[in-house]
Amino acid sequence: MSPYQIFDHTADIGVNIRADTAENIFVDAAGAMFDIITDTHRIKPYIQIEIKQEAQGYDELLVGWLGELLYQYSVSGIVFKEFSIQDLSPKAMRALCWGDKPADEIKTEIKAVTYHELEFRKTPEGYEAKVIFDV
Amino acid sequence: MPEIWEHLEKIDDYRWRLPKGAKPGMRVDGIIYADEKLLSDIRKDKALDQVANVAFLPGIVNASLAMPDIHWGFGFPIGGVAATDVENDGVISPGGVGYDINCGVRLVRTSLRYEEIKDKIEELAIKLFNFVPSGLGSKGEIRASEKEEKQIMLKGSGWAVSKGYGTAEDLEATEENGAIAGADPDAVSERAYERGKAQSGTLGSGNHFLEVQVIDQVYDADTADAFGLEEGQVTLMIHSGSRGFGYQICDDYVKSMLSCPGKYGISVPDRQLACAPVNSPEAKRYLGAMRSAANYAWNNRQCLMHLARQAFEKVFNMSWQKMGMDLIYDVAHNIAKLERHKVHGQEKLLCVHRKGATRAFPPGHPELPLKYQKTGQPVIIPGDMGRNSYLLVGTEKAAETFYSTCHGAGRVKSRTAAAKAFDANKIISELRAKGIYVMASSRGTIVEEAPLAYKDINEVVNVVQGAGISKKVCRMRPIGVVKG
Repeated sequence: MSPYQIFDHTADIGVNIRADTAENIFVDAAGAMFDIITDTHRIKPYIQIEIKQEAQGYDELLVGWLGELLYQYSVSGIVFKEFSIQDLSPKAMRALCWGDKPADEIKTEIKAVTYHELEFRKTPEGYEAKVIFDV
Repeated sequence: MPEIWEHLEKIDDYRWRLPKGAKPGMRVDGIIYADEKLLSDIRKDKALDQVANVAFLPGIVNASLAMPDIHWGFGFPIGGVAATDVENDGVISPGGVGYDINCGVRLVRTSLRYEEIKDKIEELAIKLFNFVPSGLGSKGEIRASEKEEKQIMLKGSGWAVSKGYGTAEDLEATEENGAIAGADPDAVSERAYERGKAQSGTLGSGNHFLEVQVIDQVYDADTADAFGLEEGQVTLMIHSGSRGFGYQICDDYVKSMLSCPGKYGISVPDRQLACAPVNSPEAKRYLGAMRSAANYAWNNRQCLMHLARQAFEKVFNMSWQKMGMDLIYDVAHNIAKLERHKVHGQEKLLCVHRKGATRAFPPGHPELPLKYQKTGQPVIIPGDMGRNSYLLVGTEKAAETFYSTCHGAGRVKSRTAAAKAFDANKIISELRAKGIYVMASSRGTIVEEAPLAYKDINEVVNVVQGAGISKKVCRMRPIGVVKG
């Protein structure tokens, strides 16, 4: 089963993510974002980058993380597929990310990761988050 | 608590009021311009809630306004207009402008007649597609050095004209003469420079387009004549914005303003409505950066028009001047501007946010060029790729909307729903049967941009005409479409 569900927003695209740990919310949200951008099946983890972010809470940290990945993609053309969260607290994170330039067609241009209806919460089963992308 | 739309009160056939009691915290009413049919579309998503949320902004005057093409956005609805009183704690919100700063549209006339060129439409569409870089993250041939990037931010379209990509007349026919004053390149992050530097003169993707059209109906012959337009004549429309440069600037400032509501004691119900008093240092920096992006976008559309004129020259073997390819007007529909308006009989300096809404100045407005003093400002309203687009003019009645009107058809079906419902081949052949040639960088764009994913532009324009906030001049139908 997919770790995330895409939901409809009239002009844009949102995702709901459920995971057992906060770290996996970050990993699955990044995977969802690049799945929206292109078909990531054939992406190989050839190029590695490190990402560090600071924010006021997990939810804003999630937007910062996705925004940083989107920025890296838009200037380098690299689609990221594998992510390893090295450190995570509600105020800061550090992660390693691997990817490559895609051979497949780019499906969707994501302009930005928004704070609109942003959610990140602990549930009895783990964690849930919701993010809307401006496309 | 009743659903928010249960509070709606009908004012007349084209106006609805959302009283400020509908949601605790609203400082003013919401006013929605719509007829019964469009209102039923508006109820389907959360746009009405957003009209209420915008009414929370400190300093907001008169009402939180929604144009008939309103739909669910972030913070602000798309199709939202809000003006705040700069001298009375009025705020500016980057979310009230949006990510694509100065997304806008320009209309170019030609002296060509449809009957004369109808056999060459396909060739023209292909040539335009080849000449104008489009698609996701597309990079352009028109390159600017880092030093020149700053010039673009300050001079806007004037940069392109100084390079020979247009004329002084083009600048006169552009809102703000193609460059709004007060741009501050130092308020622009390195990241925005990085995202913007290769994208000058590129169309982008999604709903951005370049369209060859024919005028199929004239409503106001005198005004059409003043613009050099008549039925059967070919026009060119360009819809694009500030590309990655503007997205990054909005992103930077939404993030940096997240702490401002706390700092300035402002309460807003959505983080995407992060804002700061217009006179605060945070707002001044945002204004400087936002204006830099606005100028980048005007320059971009000027470059796109230059490339399109070249494509026409190639196909018809004639200079663009000989083909009469003059710019009618270029107008922004995602921007915030400091403007003077009368509020309860008193002139005030307001920060007018237009997010998916078009400025529409009336005849005699001092900011219009001499040639449009009698007609009022040309207002360009693009529709979907299968139906129509419109040229309107501003009216005095639009004082009630701070001289603003609709900006387009407005989506009614989400992109994912459109992708499930429509088939690219079928759309292409249906459009071809109607005499419309479509070129697109991806099949995905064609289904996402399917005509039925949008409201009918004719219904949207009928509302703004019926409400008197702008007036129809003529209607165009597409014949050649280049989609990003």
